[in-house]
Amino acid sequence: MATVASARAQNAAPSYPPADIEYGAKIFRAQCTGCHGVNGDQVAGVNLAAGQFRSVLSDADLRAVVSNGIPGTPMPPFHFDASELAGIVAYVRNMRNFDARNASSGDASRGESLFNGAGNCASCHRVNGKGPRVAPDLSDVGALRTADALGRILVDPTAAMLPVNRSVRAVLKNGKTITGRRLNEDTYSVQLIDEQEHLVSLDKSDLREFTVITTSLMPSYKDKLNDQQRADLVAYLLTLKGTK
Amino acid sequence: MSGTNRVSRVWTWALSALFTLTAGALHAQVSSDRLLRSSSEPQNWLTYSGNYAGQRYSLLRQIEPANVKNLELKWVFQEQSLQKFESTPLVVDGIMYLTQSPNDVIALDAKSGHVFWVYHYPVSPAARPCCGVVNRGVAIFGNTLFMATVDAHLVAIDATNGHPIWNTKVAEAAAGYAMTLSPLVVKDKVIVGVAGGEFGIRGFISAYDARTGAQAWRFYTIPGPGEPGHETWQGNDWEHGGAPAWVTGSYDPDLNLIYWGTGNPGPDFNISKRPGDNLYADSVVALDPDTGKLKWYFQFTPNDPYDYDSVQVPVLADADWNSAPRKLLLWGNRNGFFYVLDRTNGKFLFGRPFVKVNWARGLDDYGRPIVTPQPAGTPTFPGQQGGTNWYSPSYSPRTGLMYLSAWEDYSTVFVGIPAEYKEGQRYTAGANTGPIPGADSPGGGQHGPVNTYTEATGHGAVIALDPHTGERKWTFAMHDVTTSGILTTASDLLFTGGREGYFQALNARTGELLWKANLGGDIISGPVTYEVDGKQYISVDAGHAVFVFALR
Repeated sequence: MATVASARAQNAAPSYPPADIEYGAKIFRAQCTGCHGVNGDQVAGVNLAAGQFRSVLSDADLRAVVSNGIPGTPMPPFHFDASELAGIVAYVRNMRNFDARNASSGDASRGESLFNGAGNCASCHRVNGKGPRVAPDLSDVGALRTADALGRILVDPTAAMLPVNRSVRAVLKNGKTITGRRLNEDTYSVQLIDEQEHLVSLDKSDLREFTVITTSLMPSYKDKLNDQQRADLVAYLLTLKGTK
Repeated sequence: MSGTNRVSRVWTWALSALFTLTAGALHAQVSSDRLLRSSSEPQNWLTYSGNYAGQRYSLLRQIEPANVKNLELKWVFQEQSLQKFESTPLVVDGIMYLTQSPNDVIALDAKSGHVFWVYHYPVSPAARPCCGVVNRGVAIFGNTLFMATVDAHLVAIDATNGHPIWNTKVAEAAAGYAMTLSPLVVKDKVIVGVAGGEFGIRGFISAYDARTGAQAWRFYTIPGPGEPGHETWQGNDWEHGGAPAWVTGSYDPDLNLIYWGTGNPGPDFNISKRPGDNLYADSVVALDPDTGKLKWYFQFTPNDPYDYDSVQVPVLADADWNSAPRKLLLWGNRNGFFYVLDRTNGKFLFGRPFVKVNWARGLDDYGRPIVTPQPAGTPTFPGQQGGTNWYSPSYSPRTGLMYLSAWEDYSTVFVGIPAEYKEGQRYTAGANTGPIPGADSPGGGQHGPVNTYTEATGHGAVIALDPHTGERKWTFAMHDVTTSGILTTASDLLFTGGREGYFQALNARTGELLWKANLGGDIISGPVTYEVDGKQYISVDAGHAVFVFALR
């Protein structure tokens, strides 16, 4: 007797990225098993693994219940950030098929070593007040980007780069060249942080040349790091939640 | 050839590395030294009042009485809020840092108004500021900005990329503590005071380590049991006695003292709830910025029943007094009196009313008011918003004059009513009215574009006082009241606004109107001036936008 909710969950299951499911599994074990149990079947009338809920139908419903709680029941509101919420939803929708033994679970402390060492990430990115500002500050990237997105960025930085973060190259009429990361742009002007970390606003009428560079300056780590190393790096990035 | 090439390549590399290092070091590093000498780099506006002396006076003089009529609008920034706009921007080496309600910080190009980044601080729903979700601006030290939030946190933000660095909880927002002021940086500490005088808080001024956000000291503006001054309270009244500190103080580096004004005792209007002088409400306190220890205090309005906050920006002036140089503290108080104190020891030198006053018939030899409470149901002058309020005054060392935004012929019928303290709830114990039953009277809020108060209930003015006599050198009268701060410059110009939305330039020596622009919305904060690429700019908030002017 499949309910509407479980039918929907099963249909939608293939679209949840493994990295999000794994991240969600970690959060679920830490935050949810106290009431729901390891298999998600300890609350009367609810069997998370089987897709049996009291009220949840869509993923949006699930996010709302997790974020707001259910008044009048022991289900409290959880203050999860965007990447945690994506993980929880992905895991709950895939509990039945999830096998922790097959998960390539990342290690955040190994990831931190890679970030500051062999991965060379810290030579461009800033974290918690340390490092250059040339590339985007990653102090809160673990709250903003999902586990899956972080993994994809490491493999294909250009495809995953936010358009606003594109680099620009401007040549002034006097020949001076300014390159940097774009912060803002309008018809007549562009604002950027240059390679010396100065905030610069340029009038386009002062420019001889202006190019938006659509390829990311960040190298792909597809071949530089193996799967486990990238998982470690993602695990570290997911710990960067910003200043509370 | 190839050898030469290699050498030149190496040199190019070395030079470019050197350039990178030098440029990196040039990063907007606002050292303690720069803050101490902020007046000597008038192209920047590095603190709330422009300098530690609280003068809101600039040495820039490109814009002068002869050419001020040639000012034209260079850019406008529209804020994303309909709250009152009270932010004083900082300008550091061509970058402007502005705040918008509730607690966003915005970095703009000071020349064009284009935005580099916006930092949004998520304010707790527990925040309950008395009088609008406002913020008066950030402070800077090194390459870090500091913002005091309306839910009583202090946040440090990277001035280059707008990322938060630390966030320290200063007080409990749900209990009525809020912060709306621009912090004051002294040496390596960030100093703030709290608002909440209408919520029965116990006020304080606190300092935090600029690097870590750890609290360095806290000075309670109401002394606790066993501390001197505690005897000016009865029973437990002190626990909810108010005395907030919601505007930025000033600093004298030679004396190593900060001066900070304190607000009303609570509840505001029913003094039977708090018999006694209620120290250190409605006072100026002089504190050691390293330790928070009280050096001296001067109370302007003991046992205040009128909400006469003494949170005005303390103005430090070095001038002759009875033919000898003296370190003075000038204070146009909300209670309607202008005071001159010796800022080394708090000694009262002189005081007299600068607007119509009837709550006191004068000050005694120690500066204490000789009170004349008015009969019930009759008007008290000045009214609740005071003869002036928190709006920044200005002092020009060139003219030697003190400039105030004043409310003239303005009164309130004060009515104290019973009230009990409940945490997080208003605790004002008042039911005040205007002097004309049923008619509007100016208050702390905004009004629409139609002025319904008219001349019957008071009006605003810019007044220029001679600090030696308290006499007016000139008066620039307005029809509506003014809640604007004042800026003066070394070319003897005075810039100010008002609730009518006019932004005006006056001759600081004569009060003559030289130029005006109708900006179409209340001007509540103080103007600032700065220079980029050799051009002087004047910035002012009006309505919900920043307007920036320069010469054609």
